[in-house]
Amino acid sequence: MIAVLALAAAPLAADARDDAKKQVEFGISVAQRGLWREAIYRWERATQIDPTYAAAHNNLAIAYEHEGDLMKARAAYEKALELEPGNALIKQNYELFKEINDRTTR
Amino acid sequence: MIARRVSLLASVAAVLVMIACTNSFEIPIETPIRPKLDVAAFQRVLVAGFIAGGTEDVDGNLETTRLLRSQLRTKSELRVIDSDVLPLQEVATEGRNGDSAGGAATTPPPIKEQKDLEAYEHVFANVEYWKRIGEEYQMPLIVTGTVLFTPLQRNQIVQREQEVYDSFGRRRVVPVRTYQERKGFSLDGRFIFIDGRSGATLHSESFNEQILYNANQTTPALSSYFELMDRLIPSFLSTLSSQKIKGTRILLQ
Repeated sequence: MIAVLALAAAPLAADARDDAKKQVEFGISVAQRGLWREAIYRWERATQIDPTYAAAHNNLAIAYEHEGDLMKARAAYEKALELEPGNALIKQNYELFKEINDRTTR
Repeated sequence: MIARRVSLLASVAAVLVMIACTNSFEIPIETPIRPKLDVAAFQRVLVAGFIAGGTEDVDGNLETTRLLRSQLRTKSELRVIDSDVLPLQEVATEGRNGDSAGGAATTPPPIKEQKDLEAYEHVFANVEYWKRIGEEYQMPLIVTGTVLFTPLQRNQIVQREQEVYDSFGRRRVVPVRTYQERKGFSLDGRFIFIDGRSGATLHSESFNEQILYNANQTTPALSSYFELMDRLIPSFLSTLSSQKIKGTRILLQ
């Protein structure tokens, strides 16, 4: 029974990731045009659709950072790293964020 | 600090390689930093002067006052008041001796180390004095504090790589531990922000920065002072005015 449920859930998860990926891609295209609020909306949607999508959390963190919301940015980076602890690109973004954040709290 | 920067540079290089191999996009961002202090009530700022000590090669009071004024002129919306730098060390000495009414001037003892500063710290809590200065300059935000710029010497064992050639002429790189003498400077102190209307301290922040060079390198004290102050300026400015820090990040797909 559990195996059947697991098999049935797999395509659902894949669908969620596909939907979330569309939101992430659209978010990237609008962020590149400077529309950061729209990008935030898209990436927040992506994290709601698929909360395990590290890239969406990473992008959301960058957008929060750009908006000056450093508390939310930290939480989003930490979530992204929790999901993908070995991702060097996320780590790199987080290190750069921490440098700025440290300056404000010094 | 240097080790942290080197490791950051190394990871940037690794990341650049990764970017080429993954679905990622480099994007410029500007992070706005809100000021730590609400200065909406002030139109002017008076960098009054500092209680300074350490090496005699740099006048910490004069240089710090001049540097902060020039930074505030270009990077803050407050109008910077041009005035003579206050001789705070003398003011503190007079205040302590109770001869501020015009008694014989007492030469304050030199400030060589951190504990020497303690004898003067009481001047920052002298609400009446700062209120009087505030009235004189039309109720500005007053910036003052302490600056201690001292020479530093550190001897340590460092590991470096050395090329060696064996009897067949083959090159090898081996780690060699050597004793190294390093010299430099330390900049310690505190920026204090005082309300010129009430004389009360609004905010204060301490700092400590150090710089070390190889012992055979000759760097003028003033250059080192500016190099160290350069590290403190962003934090100082972010106390008074919002800043935008430019950088790049990697968006992922």
